[in-house]
Formats: sequence, C-alpha cells, structure tokens
Amino acid sequence: MSKMQQILTYLKNYDSKPVKLMEVCGTHTSAIAKSGIRSLLSPKIQLCSGPGCPVCVTPKAYIDKLCEYAEAPDTVVATFGDMIRVPGSQLSLAEVKARGGKIEIFYSPFEMIQKAIDHKEITYIIAAVGFETTTPLYALMIDQLIERGITNIKFLTALKGMIPILEVLCTSEHTLDGFIAPGHVSAIIGSDAYSLLASHFHKPFAVAGFSPEEVILSIYDLIKQIECDKHEVHNLYPEVVKPLGNLKAQRLIEKYFKTAHTHWRGIGEVEGSGLYLRAEYKNFDADSQLSISEEKVPLDCKCQEVIRGRIQSSECKLFGTSCTPEHPVGPCMISGEGACGIWFREGGKAC
Amino acid sequence: MCLAIVGHIQSIQGSKAKVNYNGNILQAELGIVEAKEGDYILIHAGCAIEVLTKAKALELEDLFKELQEAFNE
Repeated sequence: MSKMQQILTYLKNYDSKPVKLMEVCGTHTSAIAKSGIRSLLSPKIQLCSGPGCPVCVTPKAYIDKLCEYAEAPDTVVATFGDMIRVPGSQLSLAEVKARGGKIEIFYSPFEMIQKAIDHKEITYIIAAVGFETTTPLYALMIDQLIERGITNIKFLTALKGMIPILEVLCTSEHTLDGFIAPGHVSAIIGSDAYSLLASHFHKPFAVAGFSPEEVILSIYDLIKQIECDKHEVHNLYPEVVKPLGNLKAQRLIEKYFKTAHTHWRGIGEVEGSGLYLRAEYKNFDADSQLSISEEKVPLDCKCQEVIRGRIQSSECKLFGTSCTPEHPVGPCMISGEGACGIWFREGGKAC
Repeated sequence: MCLAIVGHIQSIQGSKAKVNYNGNILQAELGIVEAKEGDYILIHAGCAIEVLTKAKALELEDLFKELQEAFNE
C-alpha cells in the first residue's frame, strides 16, 4: 500500500475525538469541493470555510463609495471583475454601470497606468481589495506612479491582513481545532507568521498547496498534530512558501502601508487588520478610511456564520432556494471564491 | 481575484516580463521576485509572487486551470 493510500485509509477510518478544521482560503475551499475530499474523510473530521475570500468580507459601505465615484464627473472606477456584482446598501457596481456609471474591469491593476497616461483628464479610482497577496501589487504600482509622475490614479483601499482575523477566530471560535493556512498569502507573509498564533492558542497550522494530494496531506498532518497534542506550523508547500515569506514584498508593504482597524463584512471591526496608505502617500488615497456602523444583514442570510466556520453553506435555509449564483443574497454566493458559491457549483461533491 | 496562474518568462525589459501563459503572451511585473529569462513564475493579478521549479510549474499550471474552470462554471 502506498503512503497516500495509507493516509486515505487512516482518514476514512479515523474514529477518535471529532475534529473541525478550517480552510481559510477560498481557493482551498474550491479545491476541496472540486476533488470531493470530504467524501474521503471519516464523519469525525469536519472541514469548514473561513474568511479568506476578500470579496466576501468587503463591507457594503465600501461598495457604496465605489458607486459614488463611478457616478462622479471625470472619474472612472477600475476593479477586479468579481467585485461588480457585490451588493452595496442600495446598488452594486454592475447596476451603477447599467445606468451609466463609469466602471472598468481589469485583470491586473497595472493595466490602468497606460490608461491614466492616455486620459489625464480622468481620475481613475482603483478598487484595491485583497489580502497580503494583493497588497504588494499596489505598492509596486505606487512606486511606478511616483517614478513616472502620474497623479490621476488613486486607491480606495479595502486591504486586509490575515493574522489579525485568524487571531479573532482563535479567540472566539472554540470549536476550531486547526487551520489549513492560505497558500499564496503565506507566500508573502511566510509560514513563520503563524507561529505565535499556533503556540498562544494551541492550534496547529498546515500551510498547504492546492492539489488534492497536498490538501489531504495537510488534513492528515493536522489530525496527527491534534492526536499528539502538538500545535506547530508545518509548511507543506515549501516550493512556493518560505519560512520568512517574500521579504521584498513585505518591505514594499511596510513602505507604503500602515495598519489600523478595519471592518470585515459579517465579522465587524478588527483592530490592526486593515492596511491603509501612510500619510506621506495620502495623495494616492481616495478617502479610504470609512466610518462603518453595524451593517444590515439580509434576513435569514447566514454568510457571517459561514465565514466563521460555525455552519456549512448548505445549513443556511436560503442556500440553493432563494440564494443562488444567479440571484445571490449574501456575498459568499456572489464571488467565485465564496464558500456558498463554491458549494452550490460543486453540488453533491461539496456536500 | 485570488487564483494565481503560472507563466514562463520569454523576455524581460526593466521590471516587466513577457510570459507565455497557455499559448498567450502576457505581461507580468517582476518587482518582488528575482527572476530571469526562461524561469517559471507564479503570477497573481499580473505580478510575479514567486519563482518556481519547472516541475512544480507544470504541476500548478494544470491545477490552476482546472480551478479556474471551476470558478467560471
């Protein structure tokens, strides 16, 4: 029997203490759903999704602000495509675009540099959403804007750090026994970034790649750590993730951004989790520090429970009935990386 | 937004590379990696975030394409 077969047999027949593991990142949720990994596990091993889809945790007030900019004179909003259907408190960017709002979709924000050079009369507002994987891009972009003297690009930032939100989960969600750490956030921050959380909260972390074998290995690693009462960080994606991460990227983030509190849709304010442009680069900021009060959640929508790992998407009574990818109610159904959308698309395999 | 792609660097000019992705030539920023012509890179939203071995690159290339298809379904 191969080592992988032994691991699969072990995970299928696991009959010890029930464990609940969180895969933080939406791409892991998708990989798990697509490969049907849940069906290979003992009923005593539960996997749940986390807050690792940046679109899903972006507050309505941020969408509202983008919508305002899209309708302002001589201003264009530029965004990743998966943001445009996310509802604000009144409208989504797609709806604003339909009534004449100026919105451009990019694959990479760098595409907007040439546009800004060609249309100096227009101010481009970049919807700068993401975690540590995306933040260095904006820092690099500002480097280039300064070097080329471009002043008609500004950033409305909703950038977030992974460690503070994991600390919130470790503090508040006592049923979580371990974490599959996000692969590409870890490429930037490094696997060592989880060490303090692991030791302080006695939770094991496994940094994992995205193939079915890598995810299975991470689950096995976490289960073995829990059985042995270990709480270490194991890097199982070493070809991409280094212990200290990408130092160049970290230096760029540090150069341009400072941390402060920010709002996570479905979770609320989290101290130190937001990344904002430093005062000396305020001329590139599109007034990003939003004042957000408690947001209204659509009736019966359970996205806030899903991203905390408290329930599975299919336990929400709107799931698959009044909330579908065609007619989404909550943010987790809208984004390609949102847990509910992934569960819906993968149907039986995810469940 | 989060899903990465794998590109094979064809040429480099300044901090930008022309990369082959799935038969198409795309531009990638190299500002946070040390990469050279012929290297395989992991690209996130148009920016290289890590240099890969050829074996890992070929493995990830297929995997990310599958995941992208799943996202687009």
